[in-house]
Amino acid sequence: MILTCLEIIQDYGLRSIGLGERVLPKTDITICHQATLIGSGMLWNIYFGVLALILGFFFAILLSLGRRSDHQIVSYLCDTFILIFRGTPLFIQFFFAYFLFLSLKKAFPVFDPFTSAWLGALIILFFNTSAYSANIFYGALVAIPRGEIDAADSFGMSNWQKFRSIEFRQMLRLAWPAYINEAIFMFHATTLVFFSAFPTRQQKGDALYYANYFADKTFNPFIPYPIVAIYFIILTIFVVLLARVFNSSLSRHLPKSVSRPLRLRFNFLR
Amino acid sequence: MIFDCSSPDQLDRLMWSLCYLSNGKHITFYYSILKVLVLLALAAPISIGLGLFLAMLAKSDISPIKLLGKFIILIVRGIPDIAWFMFFVIALDQGLEWVRHITLCPDWTEPIRQGADFLVCEKAKLPSNSSSETIHEIYGFILAIITFSIIFGAFAGNIFSGALEAVPKDQIETAEAYGLNPRQIFWRISFKQMWIYALPGLSNLWMILIKATPLLFLLGIEDIVYWARELGGAKTPRFTEYPHGDWRLWYFLFLLIFYLTLTKLSEKVLDKLTRKLTYGMGFSGENFLQRQ
Repeated sequence: MILTCLEIIQDYGLRSIGLGERVLPKTDITICHQATLIGSGMLWNIYFGVLALILGFFFAILLSLGRRSDHQIVSYLCDTFILIFRGTPLFIQFFFAYFLFLSLKKAFPVFDPFTSAWLGALIILFFNTSAYSANIFYGALVAIPRGEIDAADSFGMSNWQKFRSIEFRQMLRLAWPAYINEAIFMFHATTLVFFSAFPTRQQKGDALYYANYFADKTFNPFIPYPIVAIYFIILTIFVVLLARVFNSSLSRHLPKSVSRPLRLRFNFLR
Repeated sequence: MIFDCSSPDQLDRLMWSLCYLSNGKHITFYYSILKVLVLLALAAPISIGLGLFLAMLAKSDISPIKLLGKFIILIVRGIPDIAWFMFFVIALDQGLEWVRHITLCPDWTEPIRQGADFLVCEKAKLPSNSSSETIHEIYGFILAIITFSIIFGAFAGNIFSGALEAVPKDQIETAEAYGLNPRQIFWRISFKQMWIYALPGLSNLWMILIKATPLLFLLGIEDIVYWARELGGAKTPRFTEYPHGDWRLWYFLFLLIFYLTLTKLSEKVLDKLTRKLTYGMGFSGENFLQRQ
């Protein structure tokens, strides 16, 4: 039993990125098959989530600074970007982007990779998380106590020094709980990719894609979907633990009574 | 039809567009926009009702019920929502058929799950094989509404249970000092005061509900996403009187604008409502959210 399962893991463990057995199991589907393939699909969710979050983190900081900027055009542009990506469903954004890249591809063949999920969907997820995070960071930037900025000014700090050593750190500390929520829901949002317009080539899909495949094949939703759920709960716990470490380092200068442990407030879906 | 659309290939551009946008398939497309609005109108109040029920469960004095309420709220929000949607639609369908199978065909002895099949007796099929296409569509849509309501009900339950805890303790203590019993305290104080604390969360939830409506497409409903794909795809003169290239980009641009307008409009209304309801209370919804 355990041996056959090891074999299955060897065959299908990396199926989602095209390695191992080509043909997906069609008959005699065991729980091991389901857990292995769905786990293999998680690689895509992690790929999309991690890359979009890392890139989005920096872009979000730029956007939130741009939104605060005194330069009217800059602040208007950042505002509009945030509004568009926060005000419309991610699902429709995927469709729109796919068809946009498709038309661009006809005119300029350079856009060919953009019509595959690994790049096209990543860009949308990156923009999307940037807009949501920028909104969180902007709220934190505005909430930094006035006195700290005044103190920095009276020390004669340059704008860059002020940002680097005061604003950036304070912003990150204030925004952290909300940002981690965003990160968790970013991972959840990655499950939408292969259900939107982006095609799945050679059945290389994410966790939910395989779960859906098994639910269709076995006509029993009560096994594959709970497996997806377990994987995501593990992922969420991992993210939260990581966030806790950062949180205690961000607020290490505060007395114990002020620095509260990280409490999560979930904002569900987008 | 108001316009004369009998020979589209001879019309000038404006008339062609008008005719194109009012042909039969486009009317179905406009109906599907109505479907989204109906879904919003039905799912929102049902979710609020369910959310109140769950919050009351989570606040119950009997610990198994309390645990159950907390558990439901917890698992629903810990898992990707799309997974829930896809799971619920099949699970609900099979659940309903199973219940009907047991009640309608008691003398059926074979197991329901045979390998990769889910077999129920003929009478238990929902909707029955003989019913029309429309009935099948309506059944699918009702399943979708129930799915949305359950998921968003759990979210709302989470918001309400937070709001119930946010009601100032002094008010509860005052009520106790007046000799109100726990039941009276709940209905006369907590329940009434809770709403203002729940409002920011509920506003947020409404926005999320709007943005979740395109997921109807994944539940197999012929919704706006379905029709945008259908109508936008390139058409040759063989199949339609209105041949055109691949216009899906523009159809989805229209959907983006539609949703942007809907969320922007809701934001305005909800802002106004929040300001009105918190008037003179010494805090706004925003402040409350930041404090939390």
